[in-house]
Amino acid sequence: MGQILLDGIVKSYGKVVVVKNLDLTVQPGEFLTILGPSGCGKTTTLRMIAGLEEPDQGAIKLNDKVVFSRNNGVVVPPEARHLGLIFQSYALWPHMTVAKNITLALKEQKISKTEIAQRLENALDMVQLTGYAERYPSELSGGQQQRVAVARLIALRPSILLMDEPLSNLDAKLRTEMRASLKRLHRDLGATTVYVTHDQIEALTLSDRIIIMNEGQIMQEGSPYDIYHHPANIFVAEFIGDPGINLFKGTISNGMLDCGAISIPLPTTIANRGGNLIAGIRPEKIKVSETAKNGWQEVTTGILQPTGANTILEVKAEDIPITLLQTGFITLSENTPLWIDFETDALSFFDTQTQENLRNEVS
Amino acid sequence: MIKAPIGSGKPAFWSVQNISYQAYRLKTRPELIIGVLALCFLSFVVLVPLLQIIQDAFTFQSYDLSYEPDGVVGSFTLFHIDRVFNQPISTALFYKPLLNSLKMGFAVTAIALVVGFSLAWLMVRTNVHFKGVFGAMLVFPYMMPSWVMAIAWLSLFKNDRIGGSEGLLTYLTGIQAPDWVAYGIFPIVITLALHYYAYAYLLISGALATVDSELEEAGATSGMGKWKRIRVITMPLLMPAIGSAIVLTFIRILGTFGTPALLGLPVRFFTFSTQIYASINARNQGDAFVLALVLIVLAISFIWINSRIIGVRKSYVTMTGKGFRKSESDLGKMRWPITILVILFLCMTVALPLILLLWESLTLIPGNYSISNLTTYFWNGKGNINLAYGEPGIIHNKGILEALFNSIKLGFAAALFNGVLGLLVGYAVVRGRGARLSKWLEAIAFAPYIFPSIALGAIYIGMFSTNIGPIPALYGTFTILVLITVIKNLPFTSRTGIAAILQIHQSLEEAARVQGIGWFRRMFRIIIPLSMSGLVAGMLLTFITAMRELSLIILLISPGNMVLTGLIFSYQEMDMSQHSSAVTLMLVLLIIVISVIVRLITRSAGVGRLNVT
Repeated sequence: MGQILLDGIVKSYGKVVVVKNLDLTVQPGEFLTILGPSGCGKTTTLRMIAGLEEPDQGAIKLNDKVVFSRNNGVVVPPEARHLGLIFQSYALWPHMTVAKNITLALKEQKISKTEIAQRLENALDMVQLTGYAERYPSELSGGQQQRVAVARLIALRPSILLMDEPLSNLDAKLRTEMRASLKRLHRDLGATTVYVTHDQIEALTLSDRIIIMNEGQIMQEGSPYDIYHHPANIFVAEFIGDPGINLFKGTISNGMLDCGAISIPLPTTIANRGGNLIAGIRPEKIKVSETAKNGWQEVTTGILQPTGANTILEVKAEDIPITLLQTGFITLSENTPLWIDFETDALSFFDTQTQENLRNEVS
Repeated sequence: MIKAPIGSGKPAFWSVQNISYQAYRLKTRPELIIGVLALCFLSFVVLVPLLQIIQDAFTFQSYDLSYEPDGVVGSFTLFHIDRVFNQPISTALFYKPLLNSLKMGFAVTAIALVVGFSLAWLMVRTNVHFKGVFGAMLVFPYMMPSWVMAIAWLSLFKNDRIGGSEGLLTYLTGIQAPDWVAYGIFPIVITLALHYYAYAYLLISGALATVDSELEEAGATSGMGKWKRIRVITMPLLMPAIGSAIVLTFIRILGTFGTPALLGLPVRFFTFSTQIYASINARNQGDAFVLALVLIVLAISFIWINSRIIGVRKSYVTMTGKGFRKSESDLGKMRWPITILVILFLCMTVALPLILLLWESLTLIPGNYSISNLTTYFWNGKGNINLAYGEPGIIHNKGILEALFNSIKLGFAAALFNGVLGLLVGYAVVRGRGARLSKWLEAIAFAPYIFPSIALGAIYIGMFSTNIGPIPALYGTFTILVLITVIKNLPFTSRTGIAAILQIHQSLEEAARVQGIGWFRRMFRIIIPLSMSGLVAGMLLTFITAMRELSLIILLISPGNMVLTGLIFSYQEMDMSQHSSAVTLMLVLLIIVISVIVRLITRSAGVGRLNVT
């Protein structure tokens, strides 16, 4: 129970192809996040799983049952797919109390009254809204409304949960809180979860596995660790991480990547290629010193953005901008000289033409 | 990654798989089923009748034999066209009514627009006194039949030309009002304008209330003078509303029957509508069909020209509007004089006609307005052979009570069907947005707007006077009255329906779908409750229109399906002014009482309180 299979899904609106031949498997109990910029096809994919949109081609299987197959002429409507879906807008029915919102679908399923009351109480308890049963949605705060949406889903006990940017309407502080409670919810229910977001923090913190989509195609899939440390291509490298990854374009010479003002050490497999390539390194993987060190490269400081625990430093090596991330609250005046060194293990290299990570090619 | 073993690609169009897919698909998308059904139904009741009368207009009919005994019934003919456009009789049949209709249409539209605009401006943009009371009173004409003013006018100015009693003016002063005052274009234009200003007022005040004063203040800060601000900022924003008001008024005037009949026929002043009525009565239906078609063409070209001049493609917004920050200009010394002017205007257009009707209904001998002549006979008399052909007063009059019952039944039935149809059309149009079906449906639901009322009536005579397949001939039945009222009001209710469904975010329904709640339950538990306030408002509008409508149904009523408006008209034709006045007054009171009750009920049920996201 709980497996999701997408096979060769194609979806277009008019001439715009929003999902291009998508294959995807979600294992029972897995927390999968589809991450991507707006318009990448992630919400459309989720809605196709729910049955709210119809693919033009391909097949979808849920819980070992084919729910859509263009080829075999099967379309199971959303009301018969038995999923849970949380909408970005929560989609609470404004004319019904919290209790009615939660129990409406249960009454449809001919569940006994005592059972319904039990489930209602249980669901409200899980989202810590006991005592709010008779309120109307308009009488609740945004966070509480969100929790009602979650409770409505819990009460139905679906084996598959779909969430469409459920946290995007909340303010930053509440979002962190709700993130933790969604993770707890997933652990407690053990349901297969597909979570759609454009927020990389949510993706990295919540998921077992992340799929990064762009222009209707999967750019990379993997664990949050992999995605962050080994981006498959420049798109993923730039999309993940805040502050963003540093990219340097240069020419290989003498085992080093010559980027002008700076040069970057290369592993031999890469160095043997010759020609041009792009090197990427995350801001926190660049070591910084206030005094000159042997082999370290000199830069001068620009704008500093201390965020409390960390500080983002914008520095320049002549005309090459570099972003650094250091722990601690750093204050330095502009144009202070600094010395930096790259952690060679943390470097990624990309082909200038295909923009693909060379690691995949080499290994 | 595991390759899912269920295949991809697309089957051929005629394959079993594809057909099964399309069938499933239809099942999962109720808006498609509703859309297709609604489109079929509307085509049948809107387009087919239109094609039918075009065909009839070019077909030799049995009733034409008296003019051309050697014609072949059923063959193609230009006989009707020739008669209407190209014969000596054409002047009386076509050209004069055309000229009269155009004169009447332009004059009434111009006056109604000026009056409506001025009142809207006063009410929204100035600090005139008693706004609350005025606001309620100004829409009063909307609740009355358009020809109430005409009946009142006759009570005042009726002269000895058509025999029978004379009006109040003659009674008080002994002076006979000249014909041009009592009958013809002058009183027709005045009385219609004093009714139809309400439409312009409603549309323009609604639009004016949505013009944010900040826009004008922005103009002021960039150095524009007051008049320039109005010209450059406010007026362009009002143009769509003004355009709608012009189109709405003009088309209604083209199709209006009651007033031109009451005030025009005595001096043989014919408009298109009265000429169509006369032709049908004279059993020259072919002529009537041609005239009705010309009327529709006229309406369409007017919409087209209007949209060209005004430069607004969609100059038919419906009557809605929500206000925010408005600045009111101070009338200063003119505040009281203008307030008094509005009071006088309201007395003239609302109070005076109703008082005259009441008075008229209480006179024993028509034309004698003295106190000693007052009686309640026409309200509660049991019938006296020496009075009004022995016709009993309202409460003992079976005919009136039956018509009353029919009117109420018509109002409720039309409102109910309109509400349901409006909701379903709105649902299919909004949920199917982007597809051709949705566009067609929206267009066809709007089509009756361009048919002037009397022309639609003529179309329905042509269509439903014989049986069509399993559908029996509907002429003379109550059903046809409901049908035509529903269709005529559909442009408004479908717009209400579309607006109501648009307000309900799609996810509210999708959330229910995903949770396994079927279509009917979704409609009854989510869609209908959430669109209730809009729907009730739209249904109330239909109810009011159905109760006061005459032009639309005059060609379709017979003793078997008589309603109050038709009865009033026949009393008036028979010069039974006390009866017609009493029944009219009863009708107006009924409409007002029912609208107030509906508003109270919906308010106490908290329909308007909901915060729909």
